[in-house]
Amino acid sequence: MTGKVRITRQKRIDWAWGYGMILPLLAGLGLFYFYPVFRVFRDSLYNVGAFNRSSWAGLGNFSRMFQDSTMWRSLGNTMMYAVIIIPLTVIFALILAALLNTNIRGRDVFRVIYFIPTVTMSAAISMVWRWIFNGDFGILNHLVKALGGTPQYWLSSESTVLLCISVVSVWMGVGYNMIILLAGIQGISSTYYEAAELEGAGKIQQFLKITIPLVTPTLFFVVITTVISTLQIFDVIYMMIPTKSIAMTYAQSIVMYFYRNAFEYSAKGYASAIAVLLFVIIMLLTLIQMWFQKKWVHYD
Amino acid sequence: MENRLNLSRPRKRPEYGKAAVYAILVLGCAITLAPFLWMFLTSMKTQVEAVSIPPSILPRNWRLDAYTTLPEKLPFFRMYWNTILTSLIIVAGQLLFCSLAGYAFARIHFPGRGFLFVLCLSVLMIPSSFLILPQYLIIQKMGLLNTLTAIYLPNLFSAFGTFLMRQFFMSIPLELEDAARIDGCGHGRTYARIMLPLIKPGLVSLGVLTLRFAWNSLMWPMIVNTEKSKMTLSAGLSYLQGQYITDYPSIMAGALLATIPLIIVYAIFQRQFIEGIALTGIK
Repeated sequence: MTGKVRITRQKRIDWAWGYGMILPLLAGLGLFYFYPVFRVFRDSLYNVGAFNRSSWAGLGNFSRMFQDSTMWRSLGNTMMYAVIIIPLTVIFALILAALLNTNIRGRDVFRVIYFIPTVTMSAAISMVWRWIFNGDFGILNHLVKALGGTPQYWLSSESTVLLCISVVSVWMGVGYNMIILLAGIQGISSTYYEAAELEGAGKIQQFLKITIPLVTPTLFFVVITTVISTLQIFDVIYMMIPTKSIAMTYAQSIVMYFYRNAFEYSAKGYASAIAVLLFVIIMLLTLIQMWFQKKWVHYD
Repeated sequence: MENRLNLSRPRKRPEYGKAAVYAILVLGCAITLAPFLWMFLTSMKTQVEAVSIPPSILPRNWRLDAYTTLPEKLPFFRMYWNTILTSLIIVAGQLLFCSLAGYAFARIHFPGRGFLFVLCLSVLMIPSSFLILPQYLIIQKMGLLNTLTAIYLPNLFSAFGTFLMRQFFMSIPLELEDAARIDGCGHGRTYARIMLPLIKPGLVSLGVLTLRFAWNSLMWPMIVNTEKSKMTLSAGLSYLQGQYITDYPSIMAGALLATIPLIIVYAIFQRQFIEGIALTGIK
């Protein structure tokens, strides 16, 4: 009898410790994550103006959103960013990871260098790129001239601005993904390569037939995180394109447009509706990828 | 099969292969480093020289003017301090709260544990920019706009960090804990004295990731603090660029000074950084 009482007492102590240890986290997540989720959905149904005075709008914000050509333009731009940035980042990262997995000299030095953009403040490096792309005095135009090309106003012309921002984003994103992929590649058992070597498979063949299939779980992780971060592209655009510039129309992402509505135009209800749309898009894309992974991701 | 492979695909001479690999890797390094070099060279020029045509690659006179005049343009030291302080608080907060919760989720049995853990994980699916507006409204309501508290408060808690910590705690053999239990250690002491030292790689991993995030984040510090003396470096740079739009040497000097600390930290803890990030893909 006494034994049973002791167990319950121990259990109670366990419970107290368990709840006590997760309490700070849950309180923080509750206030700054769960409540905000509810709040965004609520606000998207209201007109929230200056001084946060709100009035019921029903689905007004959403119907306005679907008729808003700037919103569609931003959404289109964001999809263009996704189409350009995601494959380039992942492919470059994968190639570099594979090259760094060979036993060449100086690979630690290469690894360290490639990782530097990852620890660089995106605001700072975007300013550098903006200066490089500068139409009047930028070094890129001097280079183009020296090679016999025509200088461009890279960051203010419709045809180049989105591409420039994509280049910078890829430049910033490759190192991070390379490190994760390299770890994945290093986890592949060397026996596969030894067997392939015996069968006379070349390096490129080994890369295509062994490395890629076996690294797909890591690749999947990298693709998911790159999709999520690219759909929320903001820093580079904000730092490289002046908000008043006409080029902003051609560069503006959905998060940029959200930001301007929320904090420049003080249209917080409308901004919330845009946030809901972004949330739904990211959710859908992630679900599609989860479903689609069965087709290409190999778990042993 | 083997023979056919050999015939159709004669093995490449390794010298060519190796040279090609080096060429690609070196080219990649050049592309990676060029912006940093240009940032440095521009920051050593005068404004007149920076916009001269044809341009000079190396500064004609190496000058530190862009650096020495920077404090007149914005409270740079103050911003440094703000960034260091808030980044360290965010790192410390996440390490504490995430490891506490991670331990409980991994090792203590209590009713509702599974549900609460899944609830935490669900946060991972919420895009961060989705939350930023209501987070701003909460901070505003708390009267914390234009304070350093505003910068770190919502960032002390991380679902990802909790998940990562739990993974690390789970990988430690149960026997160790049972031994501690027999020696009379309660959960508090087991966590602090035995388990935390064992998951040091996990703490480092989360620490470097969080530091990188905290040091570099732009949107949140920018919206909650509009007073210059309360800005972090990234928000300060955005202000600098807005005010001194054509003073390229100053802008580059600011960019360089803002980037350097984290690059130095990275140079010192290079292995921990790389392993820390590599681990997130594996765990």
